[in-house]
Parts: sequence; C-alpha cells; structure tokens
Amino acid sequence: MEKNTDLFEYVLRMGDDSLILGHRISEWCGHGPILEEDIALTNMSLDLIGQATNLLEYAGELEGKGRDGDALAFLRYDREYKNLLLVEQTNGDFGKTIMRQFFFDAYRKLLFERLIKSTDIQLSAIADKSLKETKYHLKHTSEWVIRLGDGTEESHNRIQESLDALWKYTAELFFANEVDSKLLAAGIIPSMEGLQEDWNEIVSSVLEEATLTIPTNNWKQEGGRIGRHTEHLGLLLAEMQYMQRAYPNMKW
Amino acid sequence: MKEVTISELERRFQEKIDNDIKIEPKDWMPEEYRQTLIRQISQHAHSEIVGMLPEGNWITRAPNLRRKAVLLAKVQDEAGHGLYLYSAVETLGADREATIDDLHTGKAKYSSIFNYPTTSWADMGTIGWLVDGAAIMNQVPICRCSYGPYARAMVRVCKEESFHQRQGFEIISLLAQGTPEQKAMAQDSLNRFWWPSLMMFGPNDAESKHTAQSMKWKIKRSTNDELRQLFIDVTVPQAEMIGLTIPDKDLKFNEETGHYESGPINWDEFWEVVKGNGPCNKERVDARKKAKDEGAWVREAAMAYAEKRKERSAIRA
Amino acid sequence: MSNKEWPLWEVFIRSKQGLNHKHVGSLRASDAQMAVDNARDVYTRRSEGVSIWVVESNSVFASEPTDADSLFEPANSKAYRHPMFYDVPDGISHM
Repeated sequence: MEKNTDLFEYVLRMGDDSLILGHRISEWCGHGPILEEDIALTNMSLDLIGQATNLLEYAGELEGKGRDGDALAFLRYDREYKNLLLVEQTNGDFGKTIMRQFFFDAYRKLLFERLIKSTDIQLSAIADKSLKETKYHLKHTSEWVIRLGDGTEESHNRIQESLDALWKYTAELFFANEVDSKLLAAGIIPSMEGLQEDWNEIVSSVLEEATLTIPTNNWKQEGGRIGRHTEHLGLLLAEMQYMQRAYPNMKW
Repeated sequence: MKEVTISELERRFQEKIDNDIKIEPKDWMPEEYRQTLIRQISQHAHSEIVGMLPEGNWITRAPNLRRKAVLLAKVQDEAGHGLYLYSAVETLGADREATIDDLHTGKAKYSSIFNYPTTSWADMGTIGWLVDGAAIMNQVPICRCSYGPYARAMVRVCKEESFHQRQGFEIISLLAQGTPEQKAMAQDSLNRFWWPSLMMFGPNDAESKHTAQSMKWKIKRSTNDELRQLFIDVTVPQAEMIGLTIPDKDLKFNEETGHYESGPINWDEFWEVVKGNGPCNKERVDARKKAKDEGAWVREAAMAYAEKRKERSAIRA
Repeated sequence: MSNKEWPLWEVFIRSKQGLNHKHVGSLRASDAQMAVDNARDVYTRRSEGVSIWVVESNSVFASEPTDADSLFEPANSKAYRHPMFYDVPDGISHM
C-alpha cells in the first residue's frame, strides 16, 4: 500500500497542476484579446480540465478512500492542494498568461514524454494522451512568446515584465522529494534525468528568439508541492468550491 | 455591353429568390437587401458574443468537473458561432472590427435576453433549455435563408447547438428532481427567464417593421409570432414533465386550436431593455469593450511581428 | 505602432483522407502559421478535419457572376461529353 500512497501523492500533484491552471485559463473565456485567441485559450483550458479529471479520478482510486475526482477537486482545504505556485498565479495581462503557460507547457511536455515509459499502465496512458495536447499548447505559447517579445516595444516590455515576475516560480517545476525517489526506486516513475537541462534549453532558445532576457536573480519561491501556497489559491478555491460548499452533498 | 436597368436587375434578383436560388457574395443585390443582411447577421453575431458573458459568469463556479468542461465547451461554441457569423458579414463587404465597434457604441443591437443577470447555477440550465431552445427555433429556418454564406453558417451553428439545449435541460431537470433547495433554485430561475425568453422572438408581427420585406427576400422564413407560439407549445409540456410551473397565470391549453394561450407580454420592459435600460446592458457592453481595449497591444504586436518577419525574409531572399 | 487589422484568411479543411479540401469559412490571423492554428481551434473542434489549408482572402481571384453566361453556359450544349448521349444496344453490359 506504500506504493499507492506515494503514487497518490504524485498523481495528485499533476492533477492539481492541471486543475488550477485549467481554472485560471477558463477565466479568459469571453474576454480574450481577439475572438480566435479566445477560442484557442478555451481549448487549452478544456484540455487541462480533461487531464485534471483523468488524473484526479485515478488519484482517488489510488487513495482507496472512496473519494472521486470531484471530491478531490472541490472538497479539500487549501493546504491539501499540491499544485505548483506557478499555476495559481493570477492571469494578469495576456502576456503573463502566455508566459506562465509557456513555462508550464515546456515542463509538462518533457514530463509526459518520460512518463509514457512508466511501468504504471494507467499513468503511462494518461501521459500518452496528454502529451499530444501539451505539444500543441507548447507550440502555441512558444509562438506567442516570440510574437510578443519581438513585436512592439510595448509588447516587449510587458512580456519581459511578466517573465521577470514569474521566473522565481520556475524552480519549483523540478521539485522532488522522497516520494519521487521512492517511486523511482520502485520503477514506477522513469528517470527524470536531464529534464531540467532540456527545459532550460527549450526556454532559453524561445526566449532568445523572442529577444527577451532571462533574469539573473535565481531566488526560488516554492511551497505549492508541500501545500504552502500564495494568497491567490485561497481566492481561487473560494470561487471554485462555492457550489459544493454552499450546497453540500447534492448532485449537479 | 448592354445596359441593364436597376428595375430589371431587381426583377431578376427577386426571380432567383422566388425560385430558391441562393444569392452569393459577388452577385448583384439590392443595396437594401445587403444592408438588411449586414444588420441582421451582425446582430446575430453580437448576440453570440455577448451571450458568452452571462454563462461565462458561472464557468469558475461550476459545481463539478463535468459541468465545468461542458459549460466551457458551450460558451466556446458561442465564440465560434459568432466567428462564423462575422465571416458571413465580411462577405458582404462589412469589416468585422467596424461591425464590432458599432456594438460598442450602442449603434448595433443584440438579443435582449443577455441583458438579464445569471444569479444562480440553475440559470445555466434555464439558458440552455429556454434561451438556446428559442434560438434554435429562430435559427433552423435561417438555414434556408436566401443568402448563401448566412445559410451555410447557420447550418453549422445549428448542428453544433444541438447539444446546448440538451445539456441545459439535463441541468434543470436534475435540479427540479433534486433537494428542496435545488428545486427552489430551478423554479426561481424559470420565473426569471420565462418572459424574457418569449421576448426573444421579437415584437408582435403587427409591430415588426422589417418582417414583410425580410420574408419576401427569404432572409426570414417564419414570423415572430409563429415561432413564439411554436416555442410555447413545445416548452410548456417539458416544464410540466419535470414538475416546474410556468409563471403565467393566464396560460391554458385550447383544445380546439391545439395551442397554448398565454398571458400578455410586457412589451414596455422589452423596449426598455432594447434601448439599453436592462439590468446588465452596460456591464455586457463594457466587458466586450474592455476585452477589445486590453487586447489592442496584443493584436498590434502580432501584426508588427508578422511584418518584421516578412521584411527579414525579403532581405534574406 | 501598427494599427492594422489582422488580414482575413479563407480556410479549407480536408475532413478525411481521400477527400478534397473544402472551403469552410474565414478568420483573422496575423500570419499564415497563426491562421493554421486558429483554423484548427475554430473549425476543427469536433474532429472535422485531418488537414488544413489557409489562403489570404485578398489572394483569391474570382470569376464575375456577370460573366457566368459566357463562362458556363456553352458547356450546357455539349451533351456528347456525357455517357447518356450514346446508344448502347440492349444486352451489352459492363459499359
């Protein structure tokens, strides 16, 4: 059962990342910078919420306490959410949303590529399906980072500012603790070796083409993976959980 | 080349319409036909786009993951439908952004139903059931409209919308059969949306200034009152089936005609909302304006980048 | 600063292998790559396509409806291009 507890924790983290980021992107629906991009953002949000559903359902099974995906998504306290701080950051302007998504997509693509090789069949299947979606997201966000970075002076300054503000949250993408080492030792998750280097390569090549500058300050801001969040998560949850909290134990 | 008089062109045009031959973008058409289409299709497009907002209001509060995905997909479809319709408007030589600016200045109208607030989750059910139900009734006949691009856009829209009404009815019937709180929520929502839904079909035929000409041109294929009656006839039994009460004390079934007879519609309210005095008119238009204004730098950047890239590849070549 | 609206693109979708690309509508995009992406997001949300073409709308050169008589009617009188024009004796098959 030890294996299940660790895997539960691991799958929960991924599920929460998808859930919280999917929620954030869904806030754009109806407010995008142009109709075509409004639709594109919603497609990303739908992919993420689909991933969250698959991952949280699976987490519920692994936990074996009768909680399903919805119970996990809507009925936990803030300290029990294990998403990255990066994904709970507010949308800001379109450039900040794109930059946040770009950092995440680059990480997610590399992660899913590795998880396809997992000995856990279900995790491998989820990774396989999600990878296709994520590759498209990364293509889309990379193109936008370049357009905004190398567009007008205003767009360059705006997205550089977002890059500077979000950079400190990127270190947490590579968070690993004893859960990861135990799963790795048990052969359930494949080696993540080189993931960070590959991420650096993707990110620096896109940012370079976008004429953007990576901040030199490498101060890390982490905590999400152990349930210690920024102020933003509480507000997000208050909204997301409203119906389930106000009308407990009902079917919708 | 022989001279053709305007009246001869008009005669040929009407002959085509009478023979159900579609009019395509480059064909000769009376200026008034073009203007009527631009007005109607852009109003329709604006309704789709503004219509995203009342439902968008609940995306972040959807009660479970399935509902969240469905609602998101539905609101996204509305963006798509707006886009198909703006495409149709552009075939008439009307520029999309200029059309949208007319919405923002209040010159162009959109369906008045979207000026009502969505105050509970049950409204997501009611909107799908009643508002999309009414929209489908309005739209199905337009699939046979005389103007090709509009008719084709509507075929696509109608095909995609078939799930919208069902998901709404699923929500509302679940609530109607749920706990007392849920049932009250459903009834309250029906009470608020019933009359505005009937108003969606537009003024009575006697008051509708565009109907006769639009029918002759086959832009419109049924009258407002015909469609409204059809809507009442199919919707009342659905409400009864799930145990909700239509908020109309005069409503009764006429055995002889086979139709429901309903109480008077408050047309003063209708016209006030159309004029801009509804509960949410300002919020809706402001939200759209804000999206456009705040997106300006993004659109400019993309264009500037595209131009830079073109220049660079020209230099390389 | 560029205040220009994004150009209009016509979108063509191949719904499955073996079929022609078919015109489905238009959209706005700043460049061809974005036009393909937008077409994917706008016009293939329900698995409607396996391949996308985009063409900038102002690159489409169309025939004039007023020329339709001289362009297309002459073909109507050439019935001999159609198999029904020819008599085949009874009893002959596979033709």
